[in-house]
Amino acid sequence: MTAPAQATDSLKTDIIVYVCILALAGLQIVLAYQHAEGAQLLVRMLAVALIQAALAVMFFMHLRSEQRNLKLALIPGTIFVVLMMNMIWSDSFRLLHMSPPVK
Amino acid sequence: MSEANLPLGAHASGILEASPFAIPSKKLVMWLFIISDAVTFAAILFAYGYIKNASPNWPQPFKFFPSILNVMLMTFILVSSSLTMLIATRAARAADKAGALRWTFLTAAGGILFALLHIREWLGLIGEGVRLFQNPWGSPLFGATFFAITGLHLTHVIGGVIALTVVALGYKRGRYKADDIEIWSLYWHFVDLVWMFVVPMVYLLNVAR
Repeated sequence: MTAPAQATDSLKTDIIVYVCILALAGLQIVLAYQHAEGAQLLVRMLAVALIQAALAVMFFMHLRSEQRNLKLALIPGTIFVVLMMNMIWSDSFRLLHMSPPVK
Repeated sequence: MSEANLPLGAHASGILEASPFAIPSKKLVMWLFIISDAVTFAAILFAYGYIKNASPNWPQPFKFFPSILNVMLMTFILVSSSLTMLIATRAARAADKAGALRWTFLTAAGGILFALLHIREWLGLIGEGVRLFQNPWGSPLFGATFFAITGLHLTHVIGGVIALTVVALGYKRGRYKADDIEIWSLYWHFVDLVWMFVVPMVYLLNVAR
């Protein structure tokens, strides 16, 4: 039932993806100790995390081998909801500037 | 016309209708759970970002030793356990029952090791004076957000260990099939995936310099 979809990936592919994910995790450690500005560091960290997540979803969870219907049902909706969450940032900055000075 | 009076053909067409996604319904349910859980974690991480951004005195307490080194080890264990879970799924699909059980239990052992290291990390921070609403360094909300996010993830890991053990034992007795191992492997990979966001957001953006 699901075997044909997953038979396309060999164990060698899985090991390559595993090594890539670990290497990206190592890259995040290196990035953390570079003296980058806060927002810049956040963007770099999230970019690396998104690549790791995409690798895990597509290869470990085999979503790339599933039907396009399933991908369309799962991915765009999730991305839309996460994008909508970004509306909170303006309020977060408002709170920062209205807060009393640190004692 | 009541449902009971419908001709048989009307029901049969519904019963025999093919799955729109060509996957078993149990697998679809797991995917839907994963998506809802992903949005839950995203909301919590956004709330964390909101609070961190709005707090000028957010602490940066994580030293390379022991915290970051511990996190590196935990990441290695969790990602490796995803690989062992993949091998377990492969063995289950090849009807290699002994191999599937061995690799699934190895995955669960990785989860237990991860949980123990996580608890050690928590105890270290508690020992330094971090509580839910106070800490020695800065914004009192640091502890609440740290324990909420890592605690929710740890709960998922412990839940995953229990689920994998139950499914593996059921598979051994013939109660569950190879598909069930595969479906729970999706959950385990998801737990791994969430950790990839927790590490940079909670630990690496707060390293002590």
